[in-house]
Parts: sequence; structure tokens; C-alpha cells
Amino acid sequence: MLKIRKQLVPFAYLSPTLILLSVLSLIPIATVFYYSLMDNVIITNVPPQFVGLSNYQEILSDQNFIQAFEHTIILALASVIAHFILGLAFAMLLNTKIIGPITKALFRVVYILPWVFTASIIAVLWRLLLNPNGVVNFVLSGIGVANAPIEWLASRQLALPSVIFINIWAGYPFYMVSFLAGLQGISDDLYEAGKIDGAGTVALFRYITLPMLRPIIVSLAMLDFIWTTHQFTLIWMTTGGGPVRASEVLSTFTYKLAFSSYEFSLASTTAMVILALSTVVAFFYVRNQRLANE
Amino acid sequence: MNKVVTQPGSTSWVRFLVIVGLVLGALFAGLPVLWMLVSSFKSNTEIFAYPPRLFDESFSFQAYTAVLTDPQKVRYFVNSYLVSGLVTLCTLVVGIMAGFSFSRYNFRFKRVLNLLIIGVQSVPPITLMIPYFGLIVALQLYNTYWALILTYMVFTLPYAIIMMTGYFNTLPRELDEAVMIDGGSSSIILWRILVPISLPGIVSVGVYTFMLAWNEFLFALTLTRTNDMRTVPIGIQLLMGQHSFEWNQMMAMSVLGSLPVLILFLLFQRYFIAGMAVGSIKG
Repeated sequence: MLKIRKQLVPFAYLSPTLILLSVLSLIPIATVFYYSLMDNVIITNVPPQFVGLSNYQEILSDQNFIQAFEHTIILALASVIAHFILGLAFAMLLNTKIIGPITKALFRVVYILPWVFTASIIAVLWRLLLNPNGVVNFVLSGIGVANAPIEWLASRQLALPSVIFINIWAGYPFYMVSFLAGLQGISDDLYEAGKIDGAGTVALFRYITLPMLRPIIVSLAMLDFIWTTHQFTLIWMTTGGGPVRASEVLSTFTYKLAFSSYEFSLASTTAMVILALSTVVAFFYVRNQRLANE
Repeated sequence: MNKVVTQPGSTSWVRFLVIVGLVLGALFAGLPVLWMLVSSFKSNTEIFAYPPRLFDESFSFQAYTAVLTDPQKVRYFVNSYLVSGLVTLCTLVVGIMAGFSFSRYNFRFKRVLNLLIIGVQSVPPITLMIPYFGLIVALQLYNTYWALILTYMVFTLPYAIIMMTGYFNTLPRELDEAVMIDGGSSSIILWRILVPISLPGIVSVGVYTFMLAWNEFLFALTLTRTNDMRTVPIGIQLLMGQHSFEWNQMMAMSVLGSLPVLILFLLFQRYFIAGMAVGSIKG
């Protein structure tokens, strides 16, 4: 009796977590999977009907879906690469011994600023900045780059690049902060030893800094890839996926399919595709963590 | 010898480049934020004045008083504080318990459960969205605070559990054994011994949780219907949807809406950065 009670203790501590996550996460996932195999779900007078994988066939041959998929991958890859470069560059700048600790602290706060703002605030801020009559166009025409007001968010060519830029601005501090902590963990002795062996700045970076940061780089890149493929608010509130799908990503595509076209079965199918994409990356992420911890 | 001679020259050159880089980076990060701030002090007619100016003659707190004297907008802030505060509290209590379980006990399915919890982190919010609405209605939580609080916990708990498990793992088990010898129970070990020592970790998890809850948009949009349940991010979007764009008020609300996170960050940045580094490695 006592033994059984003892075995139940860890589950007692886990029970709130398990109940919450099963009701609000496992059940919805099971439901959305079920919906993706059915027709006529949620709002309909006809009973739901099992259709197998035909929703998947329909979605995967839909040009608009493929386009949204491509945009999502472009957005995610461009963001990950730019976040990495900016994050590492800023972290290294902040890690130099050239500036004093107080100046350093001030710069660090300024560099972290974009991260303090939520996506909806970032969206309205950049809508103000990138407005055709806004300050960005004023500066660009002032230095002679542009002679007519540029429609950053409302033109088909520029909407996606603009959204990518905004996402880059919003997301690099997370990398920077992690790299800062990582850089501070690299012992000065390593650099001293490298210098004695005659290594220059580039070689020190290439053979000491990068390899030492590698575990952080890999986890950050994968996490960021997953998060960016989930990004909804920023796109929804800047371009809404438009104009004419020019900046449509999987999350806005799914949202519109569900909540403006009421195609819940098809929306569930695209939701499953996004889940699959995230799960694949997450699988490698977890495996990478395991390897790093062992 | 040659090296020693060239070094002073190259360091001052490096020094110059570093300072230029630092300033350029600060402009990239800071100028948009500065523009938000100055726009919040303008009148709405001067937002797009040509040529744009940093400070207009009309410098005033008019946008702030407009936001802070509008009961509906104040309600958005009250809601955001209430929801984020409760999410933080609940996440910490539940997450600390789960972290304790993972750190101190061996039990069946431990590995699988741990993996599942890590896996929840990568579930796209939009995937949960479609069945969620029906589920929340069925649970009779639609348009209530608890709909938001419980939902946000799905996204905040996994991180909290991973972080707390990691923190507890670094604390020696001799502490537990000493309490057990004195006849103390597992709850005394957890709440009286481990939790007080883990305060830095708990603070960083708490700040992170609060920020996540404060910033959430998609579920706040879908699971609430009436204005008295809306949170700040939705309130800002609603300002944008109205007949005219009240840019100065949107900026004032953005500044006010970002202050809690900024203050939390400035107060706890040491804990927070350390915690995040652990999190991004151990994740």
C-alpha cells in the first residue's frame, strides 16, 4: 500500500500539468486531425463525412497553398540567417573591452529594445514608419534613393520583403542575448592560447568563437525557424497577407480559410501541415539537445 | 617584433570600427523606438507633417490623457495586468511542481512525458485554433479571463517546467535527504528548501511567462468577444480598425503597453539573461 502511494507521488505533482496539457493541447490536436480527414465539419447542416486523405490532396495541389508555403519558408530562412548575423555581430560588439561598463550597459538596453515590444505594437509602429508619407520614405528621398513615395506594405513586390525586414528587426535580440551569455562563457585563456599560436582575429573567430557557440547557434536557429513559421500577428496586422496574397504565409492562409471562408476541413488540413513541419524541426531540435547534454 | 610594432595602430583602427558598428547598430535598434516615443507626443494632424520633425510645437501629453481617461482603454490595461499576473502565478506554481517531479523522482513514462511536454512547445498556435473555439465554449469559458489564462499556460508551462527541472537538477540531493531525516515531507523539501534557493531561476521564468502572456494576440482575439474582456494588443488593433487612424493614441498606447515589459526586463535583466542562456542551451 505504502509502495503504491509512493509511486503516485511524482504523478500527483505532475497532475495539474498533465490535465491541462491533455485537455487544452492533446484533445485539440486529435480533433484537428479528425477534422482534416472529414468533410462538413463545425458549421453545417449535413453530418460530417469521412473522406480520407482527399483534403490533403486538395490542399497540396492548391497553388495558393503552395505559394503560402514558399513564403513561410522564405520568411523563416531569411529571418534565421539575418537574426544570426545581427545577433552575433551585436553580441560581439557589446562584448569588446574597448568601451566602459556603463556605456556597454546603455548600448545593451538600446539593442534589446525591439524585443520589448509585442508583435501588434511592432506592426503598428512599422505601419507608421513605412507609411507612404512616413519618415522612412522621407529619409530615402532626402538621400536621393527614392524619388516617389514607396508603398512598402501595399505593393506586391515589396510586401513580403518588408514583412521579412520587420521580423528581422523584431527578432534579433533573442539571439544577441543568448550569444552574449555564450561569449561570456568562453574563457579568455583560449584566446590567449590562440594568440600565442599566432592566430589573427579572423582565425580566433573561426576556430574558437564559432565552435564554442555552436550548440547555442543550432538550438537558436531551430527554435527561431519553428517560431517564425508560427508567426501570425505581425503579418496579420501589417499586410494581412496581402496585397493579393503577396505576403500570405501558412498561418494567415489557415486563419482566412477557417474564419473568413469557413472551410474548416481544409483549414484543419493546412493546420496539420504546419504541425508536421514544426514537428520535423522539433524532432531534430530535441535530438540535438540530447547530443549536447550527453 | 614586427607584430608588437603594428599592434597599437591596428587596435585604434579596430576601436574605431567597433564604435562605428556600435553606433550604427544602436540607430537601427533605437530610431524606430524613438519615433514611436516622439509620435506619441504629437497631435494626430502632425504625425505625417512634411518635413517630419522630432519635436513639434504641439508637444503635449494629449494622446496619453486621451488613452488614460477613456474607461474602455483603461480596461484593456486592467485586463492585461490581471490575465498576465494570474498566468504567471499559476504557471509558476504548476511548473515548479512538475519540475520537482521530473528532477527528484523516477517513474514510469518519465521520458515519454518529458518529451511530450517539450513537444507541446512546438505546436503551432494556429493548429490548436480551429477546434479550440468549440472546446472553450463547451467548457463554458468563452469570453472569460480563465479562457485566456488556461490557454496561455499551454504555451508558458513547457518552458517553465524545462527551466525548473534544470534548476532543481543543479541542487544537491543531500538537501532533500537532510529534510527527510528530520521527518519532513516532500512538500516541505520543495516549498521550504528548493524554492527559496531557486529564486533567481523562478524570477527569470516568471518574467518570461509574464511577457508571453502580456504579448499574446491570436487567442485573445478569438476567445474574447466583448470589450470588457479585451487585452492591450487587441485594443491597439481595434484603434487601427476604426474610421480614422489615431496614430498618436496608438503610439501612446504602444508606449504604455510596452512599459511593464521594459521595466520587468530592466529590473531583472541579470537573472533573465542568465536564465535564458541556460534555457537556450538546455531548451
